[in-house]
Amino acid sequence: MESPGLITIRRDVTDAPLGPVNTLWRDAFRRLLRHRLAMFGALVLLVVAVMGIFGPAITPYDPNGMDFADRFANPSLEHWMGTDDFGRDIFSRVVVGARVSLQVGFIAVSVATIVGTGLGLIAGYSTRLTDEVIMRAMDVLYAFPAILLAIAIMAALGKGIGNAMIAIGIVYIPIFARIARGAVLGIRNEEFIIAARAMGAGDIRILLTHVLPNVLSPIIVEITLSLAFAILAEAALSFFGLGTQPPDPSWGRMLSEGRAFFRQSGWMGVFPGLAIFFTVMGFNFLGDGLRDALDPKLRR
Amino acid sequence: MNYQYVAQRLLLALVVVLGITFVVFMIMQIVPGDPARVILGPYASAESVAGLRDRLGLDRPFFEQYLTWLSKAARGDFGQSLLNGQDVSAQLLGRIGPSFELAMVSLVIGLVIAFPIGIISALKPGSAIDIMATIFSQIGVSVPSFWMGILLIIIFSLNLELLPPSGYTPIGEDAGDWLAHIILPAFTAGFVSASIQTRFIRSAMLDVLNANYVQTARAKGLTERTVVMRHALRNALINIVTIIGLQITALFSGIVIVEVVFSWPGLGRLAFNAVEERDYPLLQGAVMVVAIMVTLVNLFVDLLYFLLDPRIEYA
Repeated sequence: MESPGLITIRRDVTDAPLGPVNTLWRDAFRRLLRHRLAMFGALVLLVVAVMGIFGPAITPYDPNGMDFADRFANPSLEHWMGTDDFGRDIFSRVVVGARVSLQVGFIAVSVATIVGTGLGLIAGYSTRLTDEVIMRAMDVLYAFPAILLAIAIMAALGKGIGNAMIAIGIVYIPIFARIARGAVLGIRNEEFIIAARAMGAGDIRILLTHVLPNVLSPIIVEITLSLAFAILAEAALSFFGLGTQPPDPSWGRMLSEGRAFFRQSGWMGVFPGLAIFFTVMGFNFLGDGLRDALDPKLRR
Repeated sequence: MNYQYVAQRLLLALVVVLGITFVVFMIMQIVPGDPARVILGPYASAESVAGLRDRLGLDRPFFEQYLTWLSKAARGDFGQSLLNGQDVSAQLLGRIGPSFELAMVSLVIGLVIAFPIGIISALKPGSAIDIMATIFSQIGVSVPSFWMGILLIIIFSLNLELLPPSGYTPIGEDAGDWLAHIILPAFTAGFVSASIQTRFIRSAMLDVLNANYVQTARAKGLTERTVVMRHALRNALINIVTIIGLQITALFSGIVIVEVVFSWPGLGRLAFNAVEERDYPLLQGAVMVVAIMVTLVNLFVDLLYFLLDPRIEYA
């Protein structure tokens, strides 16, 4: 029998996992799982990811293999999406094209996220002068229509998929900078930041360990939505002949190559476009779902 | 009236325009290697490369090059096209009109679609119409505009032969023909912007419909029509105007693509051709004019916002 007044520490309680710590993210995840459109988007993206990862291994034909006896074939059991002007199987090319779209999307958005978020954190956390300089520079980049700036950057750097990633990445830097800065301004005077500073934490430590985790939700949402835009931008650049170079298939390039032959085969213009559409829609649905899940207050 | 806001907004626009000139100037500076060699190709003689370097002023110090270029650009002199030797400014002038016409018609088409859908779905949140509107706006933002343009050409030009697939007729020459040519490209760009605006208009309307003054208006016994049109919509308009302003940059981005797909003789197509031909002065001119046009439209919208809502102050 324990004497009253003596504080006893129950081992089973202290050894238990710290429940409440992760519930914010766990709740958000649960809300996301219940979001039908987001789950539909995730399912679509899963299919696209399988196409991108396994690409050439799962296609029924060699995506670059030509068959001049079978040009402009309509969709059939043999060629599910028909064939193009070189007799190449459109389905195989659409499957392999997923890899380019995802690669460009992820790398471009990574560039934008790292640089943009970094600049936004610095702008929101540092002196007014630094903030002004960074954010006015972002205003300038933001003043250019996205595709036009990407085209101009590619004109300077040269055609090719690597430069497309850089160009698209640069274009989206201001979006991440604005979001990160806004989020920092919202919390920079919160007590936990002041406490960390009082305890002697340096600026970089505060930014990385206290500020960054607290601005992650809007950034995660923006990453998902930017992936949608980056895939659209890659497709547009490849459509203009600036991104992927022949004979490698990319969805934008396939549409561009098909343009001259729409009278012979309208199908050449349909399936690559549908692939872009569903992938972009997948990211948009997932992004909206994430927004609703991470910040239920914003839900409309 | 707070004229400090207007002054600060004008100053900010000036800073942005200066920044734009710097970014545009940098286009040629970041060309890997010697821009003159890149422009003329690997087989050009050393003399002609040296001649072009001299003509473009590439041998001079960086800031001297920028200031010279800037002072000329400020006077409307963007140099000569490397391809045909014509004044870049003259070529740009001919393209501003068609681009502006396309942008405005697209904007109007976008708003005509977005307003009724946005308002109705805000009035009946969660209804079948609201869900349809959400799906519509998701489809709109996910459709690549160049693909939509292609599909419209396949359907309306190649199959139904109702509208021309490409080209342009000045409105002063033949208004009917101008309209026939502008419908498909403007609808393509307008559809995408409508899908984004629908969401914003719905959101802005939902905000005001929950406001106290709207509840009061309803409590007074006003008809729903009066409540929506006179009390809610009028106040929602302030936010909607801002959003339309923010959309202008995206709209122009869409127009660049649409111009290429429909061979519309605007600034976007000119920039695209300049990239193909490595005609950097022409590209710089086109990019700069578009960016400045967008900045000015944004400035105009911001000032309009100020007029609509005198409470706004520069933060």
